[in-house]
Amino acid sequence: MSTNEIAGSANVIGSKKRLPPEVSILGVLIGIAIVFEILGWIFVGDSFLANKQRLSIIILQVSVIGIIAVGVTQVIITAGVDLSSGSIVGLSAMVAASLAQTSANPRAVYPTLTDISPIWAILAGLGVGLLAGIVNGSLIARTKIPPFIATLGMMVSARGLAKWYTLGQPVALLDDSFTWFGKSFNIFGFPLPLPVIVFLLVAVICHIALTYTRYGKFTYAIGANPQAARVSGINIGGHLIKVYAVAGLLSGLAGVMTAARAASGQPGMGVAYELDAIAAAVIGGTSLSGGVGRITGTVIGTIILGVLTSGFTFLKVGAYYQEIIKGIIIVSAVIIDQHRQNKRKKA
Amino acid sequence: MNGTGTMDATPAGGAAMDGGYLLEVENVRKEFPGVVALDNVQLRLKRGSVHALMGENGAGKSTLMKIVAGIYTPDSGSFKLRGEDIKLRGPLDALEHGIAMIHQELNLMAPMTVAENIWIRREPLTRFGFVDHGEMRRKTAELFKRLNIDIDPDVQVGTLTVASRQMVEIAKAVSYESDVLIMDEPTSALTEREVDHLFTIIRALRGQGKGIIYITHKMNELFEIADEFSVFRDGKYIATKLSHEVTRDDIIRMMVGREITQMFPKEEVPIGAVVLSAKGLTLKGVFSDVSFDVRSGEILGIAGLVGSGRSNIAETVFGVTPADAGTIELFGKTVRIDSPSTAMRHGMAFLTEDRKETGCFLLLDIQENTQMAVLQSGYVKNGFVKQKHLSRDSVEISQALRVKTPDMAEPIINLSGGNQQKVLIARWLLTKPKILILDEPTRGIDVGAKAEIHRLISKLAGQGVAVIMISSEMPEVLGMSDRIMVVHEGRVTGFLDRAEASQVKIMELASH
Ligand SMILES: Nc1ncnc2c1ncn2[C@@H]1O[C@H](COP(=O)(O)OP(=O)(O)OP(=O)(O)O)[C@@H](O)[C@H]1O
Ligand SMILES: [Mg+2]
Repeated sequence: MSTNEIAGSANVIGSKKRLPPEVSILGVLIGIAIVFEILGWIFVGDSFLANKQRLSIIILQVSVIGIIAVGVTQVIITAGVDLSSGSIVGLSAMVAASLAQTSANPRAVYPTLTDISPIWAILAGLGVGLLAGIVNGSLIARTKIPPFIATLGMMVSARGLAKWYTLGQPVALLDDSFTWFGKSFNIFGFPLPLPVIVFLLVAVICHIALTYTRYGKFTYAIGANPQAARVSGINIGGHLIKVYAVAGLLSGLAGVMTAARAASGQPGMGVAYELDAIAAAVIGGTSLSGGVGRITGTVIGTIILGVLTSGFTFLKVGAYYQEIIKGIIIVSAVIIDQHRQNKRKKA
Repeated sequence: MNGTGTMDATPAGGAAMDGGYLLEVENVRKEFPGVVALDNVQLRLKRGSVHALMGENGAGKSTLMKIVAGIYTPDSGSFKLRGEDIKLRGPLDALEHGIAMIHQELNLMAPMTVAENIWIRREPLTRFGFVDHGEMRRKTAELFKRLNIDIDPDVQVGTLTVASRQMVEIAKAVSYESDVLIMDEPTSALTEREVDHLFTIIRALRGQGKGIIYITHKMNELFEIADEFSVFRDGKYIATKLSHEVTRDDIIRMMVGREITQMFPKEEVPIGAVVLSAKGLTLKGVFSDVSFDVRSGEILGIAGLVGSGRSNIAETVFGVTPADAGTIELFGKTVRIDSPSTAMRHGMAFLTEDRKETGCFLLLDIQENTQMAVLQSGYVKNGFVKQKHLSRDSVEISQALRVKTPDMAEPIINLSGGNQQKVLIARWLLTKPKILILDEPTRGIDVGAKAEIHRLISKLAGQGVAVIMISSEMPEVLGMSDRIMVVHEGRVTGFLDRAEASQVKIMELASH
């Protein structure tokens, strides 16, 4: 009887066009880039953006953080958090590197396992990450301890393992077939590093998974209302293990990429990456209270972080100031975004 | 305080003698994206009276009350309190002006105690600025004594039943001592006994000259407690009348704009074999030795007072809180139901009582909310959701239930309470259950849609679904059930057949 009831056919769905939430955060990114461009012309007398080399570095820098952030986003959507990503990067970099050494190294970690196919190094690095993720997830699902604590434990222990693995020594002299994965390729005259391609691939896959699969629907449901999710028949524990496993796997991948690019494994790799990854997700609109967030936002959030770092270096801002200002900008971006979202909600 | 005796006895209308209205709202308009929730509506509340708001789901009742309580700002309209123009800046401002509201959904903090919840933001302090828990407890006890509520001020709200929480909400609202008290469907989770209790409280407040705005979908309550009422339809103001001037049918006609023929369209259907058989189910400290059978095509009503364990039994059958002892047989086979997903694999569905806590995914949209349960068993291929197909079926079922919304992509939080309830019913119907457990299925649902839902339940039974229905509404239990199981303090006190069941018999079994 009422005109407001859903109209007669299925095509009503999505009929009311809404701006995706990423638009506002994309605006922030463009704004920051423009500010650097203007400041660049004023203080350095050079363009910030019209520089292939710099753009290439920005996206390379962001791709490792980005891979982690894509995993962390999923964890945060379930109303959890993963503090162990950075340490997993370190551990996985060490393990991968140790299986990618050349026989030219007289002090290889495994003298009998030199010059082997890079596949083993990669699989080992990924495996370490996956395993750490499963441990995180199982701890949370089975013992019901808060994700903050479970992953804090993993953060400390994985870092310890990374150092113990070679008693603090870096793993050097890696095979070219392995370091190839950190190289850049010229695509249409633009130097595109392989990690960037991996990052984009990971982002696309996870975006599809979150949007179109049952895995994705359940991830949002658990974050939005765990009790209702349980009553809807969702196996929360089992699903959380999957989500943390994915996050761990992606951290492992980031570790492999880091080792390949640096052509070495060092126990201190990836320190504090988890914080950048969480920041990227939150800047991108993922809500720490769960149920809300999208990979597209996280990708933009990651790029914002990269642009900030690169822009400050370009303007020759001192390192201390960089950090101070970066902190302020991260918080401001989130405040602006939330404010806009609230306004939209209240209408 | 006025003389309670004389005011109490004053019938409707006469109460406004002291001149003017307590609250006058004129020409209020409120738009949400895609919906005109209120279109130039008005409301006048007299001192010492109970004013009911009536209207279908989504008519705009809650929206109007949220405006009065300072939660929404109207797009336009004027607002007079005690004859003076005011403009509210927020809910706190409204409280300071003497307007308190009990919301349609519960708003208590589960991990905090009853006393903490009631005095939040107004905690009594010690000399050193610490919260004075002793004083807080004393004030709560005093308040409860005055209202005759029997709840321990020190227990965590999370451990209380929905009905007890509702009583806490009521006590909290009363504790503000405000002149205008808004109650948005306060009885939707209460059984008759608490409803009577609430009415006693309301009458006392009315006697003190307060104005009470009372939203309900239950007709009998209107005649029992309201002096006058206003009707809204699709965001428009229809009329204000004295409640003793009209009949039930008059009101329905005003609300719906059409006739509703039959309220409990129960069909006679052949009843088949036993589908679910519970034997000696026990959950320590909650209920014990509960045994019952449900047959295909049968509607088993469960009646009992609040706190009797009705909902707990349903939760155990569905695996939310697995039983400590006893067995459940499904289709003749003993099955250990240790989680809702196990129950669902065996064809069960369970509409829970508290739509905010265990029902809605408030951050997600209507489509997501509708489809969440069925994804366990269907519409998924290789992990990918068959969204087109699923969306089409979801829309179909939402239409059958008359969910009122411009768009399935609307966040469910923007729906009116009754429409949220319909979405949750749609969620479970989509799973095509063989055993359907409904806990207060028509909670907050308007008369028209209620008849629709009853018809649907009947139809499902006709298709061989076994239905277990918990309801606090006597007419609903009596009208819909083939058999009624009565529960009292965690024990089954008896079964009544449809033919022999009556309100009196149920109450006898429910309270001895
Ligand atoms: N925050 C909001 N955003 C968008 N639309 C809203 C919002 N709140 C309410 N509405 C819409 O406004 C209309 C009126 O809703 P309201 O909650 O006032 O109904 P109601 O009369 O209280 O219904 P019920 O009996 O089901 O509780 C509905 O169509 C609803 O979908
Ligand atoms: Mg309402």
